[in-house]
Amino acid sequence: MARRSAPEVNAGSMADIAFLLLIFFLVTTTIDTDRGISRKLPPPLDETVEPPILKQKNIFVVELNKNNDLLVEEAPMELKDLRAAAVAFLDNGGGIGDEACSYCKGERSSSSSDNPEKAVISLRNNRETSYGTYIAVQNELVAAYNELRDRESERLYGKSFVQMEAELKDVNYSGSKDRLKDQIKQIQLMYPEKLSEAEPKK
Amino acid sequence: MSKFKKKKGGELPAISTASLPDIVFMLLFFFMVATVMRENNLKIENRLPQADQTEKLDKKNLVMYIYAGKPSSRYAASAGTQARIQLNDKFAEVSDIKPFILAERAAKREEEVPFLITALKVDSDTNMGLVGDIKKELREVQALKINYTTRQGEATGNL
Repeated sequence: MARRSAPEVNAGSMADIAFLLLIFFLVTTTIDTDRGISRKLPPPLDETVEPPILKQKNIFVVELNKNNDLLVEEAPMELKDLRAAAVAFLDNGGGIGDEACSYCKGERSSSSSDNPEKAVISLRNNRETSYGTYIAVQNELVAAYNELRDRESERLYGKSFVQMEAELKDVNYSGSKDRLKDQIKQIQLMYPEKLSEAEPKK
Repeated sequence: MSKFKKKKGGELPAISTASLPDIVFMLLFFFMVATVMRENNLKIENRLPQADQTEKLDKKNLVMYIYAGKPSSRYAASAGTQARIQLNDKFAEVSDIKPFILAERAAKREEEVPFLITALKVDSDTNMGLVGDIKKELREVQALKINYTTRQGEATGNL
C-alpha cells in the first residue's frame, strides 16, 4: 500500500483566532496621549528662611472665592478679561533707573509692576472653589505669560515661543539644539513665570 | 464531442480568503506595538476640565497618576458621595499618597526618578480643598513636577 500523504491542516479558523486577539488588544489598550497644564510646586517651606518682602504694587492678587467668583485686586472680574489684565500687569514696566524694562510695551504706570522680573502673580483660592474654575484661571494666567513670550521671541528670533519649544522636542529638527535652548532660556529670563499659590483658606 | 464540454456551468470561483489571517495579524501587530495597556479601572467620575495652554505628556512610563472625584454610582453605596482619591485600582486617603509616590519611585530606575511627573486627573466638580491636600502631600515628599491633565478646549467651558 502506498504511503498516504499527511492531510492538510484546515486554516479556515485562523482568521477568527486572529480577530479575537485583535479585539482583545483593541479593548485593553489605549493609544491617546494625555495633555495638560504642567506646573512646578514650590519645595517644602523652610521655617528659618524669611520670606522676601515684596512691594504691594509688584503683586497681582487673583482670588477665587467659594462661589467661584473671580476677584482681581479685590475687584470682581469676568474670566475673559483676566488674560488682558495679567498681560497689562506683567508688561507694565513702571520701574526707573536700574529697574527699568527696555522691552516692555505697557503703560509704564507707577502704581503697577516695576518689571516682569519683579512682578508676581498671587493666586489664592478657597477650599470650596471648584477645580474646573481653578484650571480655567490657571489656563488664562499661563496664556498671559505665553502671549508675552511669543511676542518677544517673534521680535528677537522671528518665531513664536511655543514653536521653539515644539522644535526642541522634535527629533527631526535640523538646526542647532543648543542655540535653541539658549534662546528659550533667554525668553524665559525676560518673562519668568512667577506664580505663587497660597494655601487655600478654610 | 465531450471535448468541448469541460466547463460546467458559469459558476463564479469562490474568492480566496487565505490571506485574510495575514491581514488581521498585520492589524494585530500594529495595535500591539502602537498602544499601551490600560492601567486603571476608574471607580470615580472623571470629567476633566478644559484648557488650551497645554503640553503633551510623553513617556508614559515616567508618569504617576492620581485620580480624584466623586465615586461613580456603582460605588456610591460603599464609598459615599464625597469626592475621593483613587490610586491604582483602590480608593485611598490623603495619607496614602506619600507611600504611593515612594513605591512608584522605588519601582523606577534611579536615573529616571528626577524626571517623574505626577499627573493629576481630577474631576472638574471637585473642591479645591481636596486638590490642595494632594498638592501639600506631594510637596512634602518632593514630587514637585505635576501636570493638571485636561481636555483640549476653551477654558471658559469650565464655568
